[in-house]
Amino acid sequence: MIQLNNVFKRYPGGFDALRNVSFEVADGEWVFITGHSGAGKSTLLKILTLIEHASRGQVVVNNKNVARLPRRRIPYFRREIGVVFQDNKLLHDRTVFDNVALPLVVAGLSHQEIGRRTRAALDKVGLLGKEKMHPITLSGGEQQRVGIARAVVNKPALLLADEPTGNLDADMADQIIDLFDDFNRHGVCVLIATHDLRQIQRMRKRVLALKDGELIVDSGSQTA
Amino acid sequence: MKNHLLRHLQVFFYSLGELARAPLTAFMTVAVIGITLALPAALYALLGNLQRVGGGWDEGARISVFLRLGASQTAAQALAGQIRAMPGVADVQYISPAAALKEFKRLSGFGNTLDLLDSNPLPAVLLVRPANHGAGAGAAQKLAQTLGRLPGVALAQFDLEWVRRLDALLRLAQRGVLILALLLGIAVLLVVGNTIRLAILSRRSEIEVIKLIGGTDAFIRRPFLYAGLFQGLFGGLLAWILVAASLALLAGPVRNLAGLYGSDFELAGLGLRAGTILLLGGAALGWSGSRLAVGRHLRAIEPG
Repeated sequence: MIQLNNVFKRYPGGFDALRNVSFEVADGEWVFITGHSGAGKSTLLKILTLIEHASRGQVVVNNKNVARLPRRRIPYFRREIGVVFQDNKLLHDRTVFDNVALPLVVAGLSHQEIGRRTRAALDKVGLLGKEKMHPITLSGGEQQRVGIARAVVNKPALLLADEPTGNLDADMADQIIDLFDDFNRHGVCVLIATHDLRQIQRMRKRVLALKDGELIVDSGSQTA
Repeated sequence: MKNHLLRHLQVFFYSLGELARAPLTAFMTVAVIGITLALPAALYALLGNLQRVGGGWDEGARISVFLRLGASQTAAQALAGQIRAMPGVADVQYISPAAALKEFKRLSGFGNTLDLLDSNPLPAVLLVRPANHGAGAGAAQKLAQTLGRLPGVALAQFDLEWVRRLDALLRLAQRGVLILALLLGIAVLLVVGNTIRLAILSRRSEIEVIKLIGGTDAFIRRPFLYAGLFQGLFGGLLAWILVAASLALLAGPVRNLAGLYGSDFELAGLGLRAGTILLLGGAALGWSGSRLAVGRHLRAIEPG
């Protein structure tokens, strides 16, 4: 699903965010990426979603060599990946339903198909009753679940999450991670950047640890 | 294909709804565009009316052909027959020197003084009426030149010099209106561009999110292009209304003035053709202005 070979990322000004990072993630696998702030977790996710480009090295996501992807193909590439953000990036002037439906609207699906899939995604995260509400009226955990519903509504094979539990208390965080686990059991490859050690210990999954842009630990695939 | 059309329709109505949701902002932009477009449109309508005033000259147009002094009446009659057979001539009227003197005495008020002359100083005159109605002052002028070169003719004068001058003035004004329309068209382009730029910036986070979840540039561009299109279209409509209202206000005084000149001249409006061009032109300007702004600013907004 993901393959990085000797990837470097240097920002203008000479700061090295990633140094010689190589790893591979199989289809349907679960991986935690951990490390201090500034260790390179976010940069790694940005490279995987084509927000940033690697300065050197090869990045293959979803069987596509990212460097060879022309600019106009990037939207189609992103449609195959679900992304959950720490600040969930919901649109606050739209209802929960409209937020979750957005990837389908963007992809140009029919009206019925959008309604069906959006309600299915909302049902999965337990928010079907709140589809007409605005995100601002929901709790932090509920907002994050709206974000997750939006990320999975396209049925992507790869789900990326940047600190999905960062702003939540322990109970809420457990619920969110369990939700990811549910998708993972259905074959979705999950990659979560976090420094929530509690979740990492609880889930007993593969861990990649970054320090100052270098990959210092790869625990390898584990079965729970 | 059907799906594609459907999506365009969705955005079409969505953009229309956006205008309705922020009516004051939308109205301000539309008003600026409307007034800007109304100026050249009104001048165009006014020019059209002036041209109709100038076009009415045919009625009184005459070419006076003065024969050489001492030309006999038979020679004059023969020449009149020759001219009558020429193309572009409707009618020729012979005025003998005696008749001319009589008329001059009557009209000039020099009656008794002229009696002191021992011979008639006036030449015989052929009054030629051009047949080419609507062919313009140029054709009549050309005919006058031809007549002037005939043997036995001293001078052929086309009396409507003012028609040619008006013609030239109108042509000058037309060019002026064209330049003005061009400049104001660019102004509309910039006004729409700026409005759309602000709209883009105010929806920056939304655009970022849409880009992140795989929205193509075309998808993001569409509502802004339609917004520009609508602003231009409604601006054109407002301009049409403004011109029509102004002309309606002027209609009374103009009828009054025309009446004093013994004419039944009436102001004409823009007409369907010019009005349609105004609407389509406004829409095209709105779309293009939006396209310019969108092209510049959407690329700059990248998630990160």
